[in-house]
Amino acid sequence: MRRIVADYPLVITALLLSAFGIAMVYSAGQTDTPTAVARVYKSQLMWLFFGMAGAYGISRSSVRFIEWVTVPAYVLSILLLAATLVIGAGAGTAASTKSWLAIGGVRIGQPSELAKLTVVLMLAHLLASRKDAPKSLLDLWQPAIIVLIPFIIIMLQPDLGTAIVFIGIFFGMLYWSGVPWPLLMLLGSPVVSLILSFSTGMWGAWFLVLLALILYYRPYLVEGIILLAANIATGVVAPILWEKLAPYQQNRLKVFLDPSADPRASGYHVIQSKIAIGSGGVTGQGFTLGTQKRLAFLPEQHTDFIFAVLGEELGFLGVTVALTLFLVLFLRITQISGRANDSFSSLVAFGLLASWFVHVLVNVGMTLNLMPITGIPLPFFSYGGSFMLACWLAVGVLMRISGEGRGKAAFKAS
Amino acid sequence: MSFHPNDIARRTRITSVGLAVGFVLLLSAFFRAQVLQSESYQRQSEENRLREIPLPAPRGIIYDRKGQIIAENLPAYSVSITAPSLDSLRHSLSQLQQTLQLSDYDINAAIRRYNRAPTRPTVVLADASIDVVSVLEEHRIDYPRLIIQSVPKRFYPEGSIVASFVGYTGEISEKELNLEEFAGYKPGQTIGKGGLEKQYESVLRGQEGQRFDEVDARGRPVTGAGPRPDKDPVGAPSMKTNIDLDLQKYAAAIFTDSLQFSGGLIAIDPKTGGVLTLYSHPSFDSNRFTGGIPAAYWKELQEDPRRPLFNKVIQGTYPPASTWKLATAAMGLELGLVQMNQRMPLPCTGGFQYGRRYFRCWKTTGHGSLTLAGAVTHSCNVYFYQLGLKIGLSKLVGGGIDMGFDTRSGIDLPNEYRPRFPTRDVREYFNRRFGANWSNAETLSMAIGQGPNSQTLANLTKFYTALANEGVASTPEVVSKKPEQKKIMNLTKEQYAGLRLAMAGVTTAGGTAASANIQGLVIAGKTGTAQNPPNKDHAWFIGFAPAEDPKIVVGVFLEYGEHGYFAARVASKIIGRYLGFTGEATVNLEGQ
Repeated sequence: MRRIVADYPLVITALLLSAFGIAMVYSAGQTDTPTAVARVYKSQLMWLFFGMAGAYGISRSSVRFIEWVTVPAYVLSILLLAATLVIGAGAGTAASTKSWLAIGGVRIGQPSELAKLTVVLMLAHLLASRKDAPKSLLDLWQPAIIVLIPFIIIMLQPDLGTAIVFIGIFFGMLYWSGVPWPLLMLLGSPVVSLILSFSTGMWGAWFLVLLALILYYRPYLVEGIILLAANIATGVVAPILWEKLAPYQQNRLKVFLDPSADPRASGYHVIQSKIAIGSGGVTGQGFTLGTQKRLAFLPEQHTDFIFAVLGEELGFLGVTVALTLFLVLFLRITQISGRANDSFSSLVAFGLLASWFVHVLVNVGMTLNLMPITGIPLPFFSYGGSFMLACWLAVGVLMRISGEGRGKAAFKAS
Repeated sequence: MSFHPNDIARRTRITSVGLAVGFVLLLSAFFRAQVLQSESYQRQSEENRLREIPLPAPRGIIYDRKGQIIAENLPAYSVSITAPSLDSLRHSLSQLQQTLQLSDYDINAAIRRYNRAPTRPTVVLADASIDVVSVLEEHRIDYPRLIIQSVPKRFYPEGSIVASFVGYTGEISEKELNLEEFAGYKPGQTIGKGGLEKQYESVLRGQEGQRFDEVDARGRPVTGAGPRPDKDPVGAPSMKTNIDLDLQKYAAAIFTDSLQFSGGLIAIDPKTGGVLTLYSHPSFDSNRFTGGIPAAYWKELQEDPRRPLFNKVIQGTYPPASTWKLATAAMGLELGLVQMNQRMPLPCTGGFQYGRRYFRCWKTTGHGSLTLAGAVTHSCNVYFYQLGLKIGLSKLVGGGIDMGFDTRSGIDLPNEYRPRFPTRDVREYFNRRFGANWSNAETLSMAIGQGPNSQTLANLTKFYTALANEGVASTPEVVSKKPEQKKIMNLTKEQYAGLRLAMAGVTTAGGTAASANIQGLVIAGKTGTAQNPPNKDHAWFIGFAPAEDPKIVVGVFLEYGEHGYFAARVASKIIGRYLGFTGEATVNLEGQ
């Protein structure tokens, strides 16, 4: 194993985000009526150290080793996910779902966190093994299955937010592997059809756009028919799916459109979150001093809505610093992908980027009601041991990839 | 896989640009919320955590003319609850039940208050006793949302004695909140509901203050001062009235102690119109109205056939009867149709034949031939029938209107009733009232204060201030201010003196109220007996003293009092007391 030079921009940015995040978790615990949240920063700190140790370990291993464990790890994560359906437990905002694995009543983690990682690895493994990027929809059945298995299990838990992350990973990695834009759009069309089916007029318009796209891209006849059939099918099943959604999920979607529709219950979260962020102003109310948080108006202040605490206490300046750190991290990962030594490494790096990007976009967007409330945590910030560990293991993978990658040049086509 | 370096470079560029665009979009959303709309969110944040506790202002203290207190404010304790929802309120109330004895009425009232103003603390007990407050203070920790406040409570030291003019206060009702008059008022505030409290609400009100408590999401108060400073309530200035509280107490005592009649009494200073005393009997206790009328007491007042809440002085309208003969006399004199010593063609033989009808005098044996002065003294109907015919119906009515018999007295109290009196277009009025077949006999009725003529005691007494004050009527004013006066008759000095002398005869031997005489004081006045079939007649007396330079005009009305002289004796006691004649006998209701 060769010794590598640590990727300082990556590690330092991740460390800064973690330190910032733990400071916010600490602040989130500082309420007028003390709760158990007051102590969680300590365990978060502990998980950070575990995570950093794990990252160091991974950075000392090899990308080949990682690729070697990919398939067993993927299978293991699917098995664990499946187990949640039988013996899963709920927690936090998603108390009614079964996303946790518990042994003897002690929750030991969310298998979906592991699955995010293994799906990235598995997809990278599969796409890297191909000679060319998938050029037709039929070519995509393998990657689709890799994502669909965990996706369906997670939808059954049900955990809508995490499921969205898998879609992000899927599209992100297909894009990076060179799948052309129009194909991605056609692939995504049934989802659009699903959303637009609530308005007949909108759905009709979408169908015309879709026809135009198909004519422009000219897929195989079978594909074209499957596509149209899929769009019609999702349009038809959408209302049925809506009925199948748990009431809290229906409410979350309704509230996304109009928070005042249910100001005391589902809308409460997002209203209070917006008030917290808005009242922070430019410089914020001061670290640990946010009143929305301190007086318990802000729900889930240490997990889903930790960014609202940041906005309230550190203001627009704090928000700018946090988002800039994320941007720096993401740009760095983009560079790592770009100059990775091989296509597997490159795809893994980009998959991790896609995953984190969706997390940040949905979580931060949710605090301002730009996104529906889905309970996706904010990387490095939201309290949660397995998530912090997973984030740092990912950092470790990225460190390794970065170390194995070459200077500024891109690698040769494999 | 297409990992040609050029492809990679292109995708890296696109990804970087995409990330930067996402970053800018997200940041701009925060810029909008935290910089552009920050003020609105800061306000919402404050609304979340700052609970406004209203601090009621003390109402203006009301004094009598000598500086004695009529209405003041005592410190009281109000117990209220802040509740985020109706369910929470119900829960808190049922918890409170364990410590307090709350009646269903209290609980329902609290729920109504909550529904009216959910954001203000809901008052549970407007006037809690010190015992209740100390018990609650002990259990303070169990009731985090309880607010125990020291609030000013309206108190009338003389209670029912002053209720007739001072009125009472109460919580503003939903209906009142919608009135323009009460714009700017908030639910739960106290307003004047009757009497002076209502009339001078804008003066007596004061300015409510606010305190801001910081509360957590469950509505529990936490320590720490809000950024908004407290605003202290501003008390209203005190108000001086013309009332003579001693005389008021004396008047009330006469009614309560030695009369079985309900009725009213008003005493006015004829020079200024200042109301010295205004009392309606039976009265009610304004203090029991403060902070919500107990249902049982309200029922009791409503069911009392003597109607305690009906003000006999400004709301009761009754036929003025013989007290109105002075108006007829003054009109006759003013028109030059009669002189003080002039007799009428026909002497009184106990009645008067007009057309096919025989009109009786109250004295069936007849008064014989009388001068105008004698007719006033003895209240001879037959004389006034003839005088009325001389004046004629339309002038009788027109003169009455000029003297203010068709308008309210204008006293500064709310809800005064309008008298009933014909309009100037007499023919049209009587046609409308009686059909086309009415006869000129109506003139006879009008002349002796019968017919379509009902007056309040206040308005009738106002007319007598003109008799006492050379034709100048003073509008009765409870609160001191510039007198409002109007000359309503034009007689010569001698004629005024003559009328006063004739009225003085009423209370001397041989007059209709001889028993109201006070040794050494000349009281000029006139009795009246308002027919009230099938019930007993009502009794009037309106008079003033001293007759030569009147300092007080007193009007007394006794429901079912039968004889004017009962009323005259009450008036004479008031006059004697006011003018310092203490030697008068106790009211003797047996015989003349």
